[in-house]
Amino acid sequence: MQALTTRAKQVQRKPLSWVERIYLWNIFKGMLITFSHIFKKQPTIHYPEQKRTFSPVFRGLHVLNRDEEGRERCTACGLCAVACPAEAITMEAAERMQGEEHLYREEKYAAKYEINMLRCIFCGLCEEACPKDAIYLSETFTPSDFTRESFIYGKENLLIPDPVKQPEAFAKARGLN
Amino acid sequence: MTILAFDWILLLEKFILIVVVIFGSLGIALYSTFAERKVAGILQDRPGPNRAGPFGLFQPFADGLKLIMKEEIIPTNSSKFLFVLGPILAMTAALMTSAVIPWGSKVHLFGRDISLQIADVNIGILYIFGVVSMGVYGIMIGGWASNNKFSLMAALRGASQAISYELAMGLSLIALLMLTGSLSLKTIVEQQMAPGHWWNIVYQPVGFLIFIICAFAECNRTPFDLPEAENELNFGYHQEYSSMKLGFYLFSEYVNMFISSVVMACLFFGGYDIPFVNEAALSPNTAATLGVLALLIKSFIFIFIFMWVRWTIPRFRYDQLMNLGWKTLVPLALINMLVTGAVILWRMGA
Repeated sequence: MQALTTRAKQVQRKPLSWVERIYLWNIFKGMLITFSHIFKKQPTIHYPEQKRTFSPVFRGLHVLNRDEEGRERCTACGLCAVACPAEAITMEAAERMQGEEHLYREEKYAAKYEINMLRCIFCGLCEEACPKDAIYLSETFTPSDFTRESFIYGKENLLIPDPVKQPEAFAKARGLN
Repeated sequence: MTILAFDWILLLEKFILIVVVIFGSLGIALYSTFAERKVAGILQDRPGPNRAGPFGLFQPFADGLKLIMKEEIIPTNSSKFLFVLGPILAMTAALMTSAVIPWGSKVHLFGRDISLQIADVNIGILYIFGVVSMGVYGIMIGGWASNNKFSLMAALRGASQAISYELAMGLSLIALLMLTGSLSLKTIVEQQMAPGHWWNIVYQPVGFLIFIICAFAECNRTPFDLPEAENELNFGYHQEYSSMKLGFYLFSEYVNMFISSVVMACLFFGGYDIPFVNEAALSPNTAATLGVLALLIKSFIFIFIFMWVRWTIPRFRYDQLMNLGWKTLVPLALINMLVTGAVILWRMGA
């Protein structure tokens, strides 16, 4: 039979020789191996001070997008909630009133938009389902917290800052600077 | 000042020495726990505890505080008196060993020569052996009083292991004692310091090897940590212990480790002898201070070896442990003894 790997070694079932039975030589070899690890580079990332960079396709915390004029893109169609396998998304729709055209892009908008981050599995299906490019998964992850309630993220947590009124905050949220 | 025809200042200086030695051992044991985790981390390519204080230096205090704050549980079906006695005995035995260790030569303070040894007993090594065997009772009593099968098994293992390895340890020392002709640790150290004499490791390498292996077994350290085998005995003899009683057990292990390191340094590595330095040329106080430092550095190296071995070698199986003890170490120690005796006789005849 052909071996699966080239590294497979036949197990030796010979009784131990006297040198092996007092273990010392093998123990010494093993100790040299561990000693050599003192000088190896540690792969540790010291988390709060250092952060690892994620790839651009990383699926992290959700962001509700705005268009170039700072209007919310979401129309509360509910396709993301339907696509969500974890049923983490709920929303309530509302009609855009007169004089609110600078706030919302279309006639209908999400008055309430909540994602339960404890239910969310960060699969990104909401992002794929959205016809309006309104929801995106960013490159940050959910910070830890003490209560379950605080993991239900509303619009105030999800909405990206206005690119017109708060350009710096927007750039920071996009990760541009 | 002699009241009642007794040197009261001697009593005072011994008392101060005892306090310093005990708190010193405890402090070193405290930081051994930290060092253990650091060494483990570094040997495994990770930084180890580094959050509490600068470089994680306050970690042992956080650990100790955590242990103290835990609830003190005494199982209903345990034998309560013995359950409490166990950790006390383990800790007492661990600390008592330090009494005969010569920490340094004399210091000259306030017009008095103060010996840096609590008691220069002329049977110092026998005393150490006696007290170390007492430590087994801590394990035995703790394991038995917990009324738990795992604890009892671990206690039995610990006791049989300690007894087997004490034998080889004693035999390996007999060869050394034939060379030195004294049981007093102070005399042994001073012989090694004498000009024209090497450290005992040169004369007794096999004896030292046997002694250090047995020391690992006596301290219940990996690879001989069968009494506290986590994955087969569920933490072993201190399974039912919580809070500071558990802390005492864990802590006594580290005190034991420190003390046995010091004993090894004294017996085989010249104790407070500073290598390549003639102590007689220095002033007595400087020599004593440097000597204490030298002893501590030597024992720290041994503590590092203890940890290094722990994070390298997996635990022995029980039959392997007994085979190694009875079929390898004891015969080896006997042969070493015979060879040493023969060489001594031959040199006397020549």
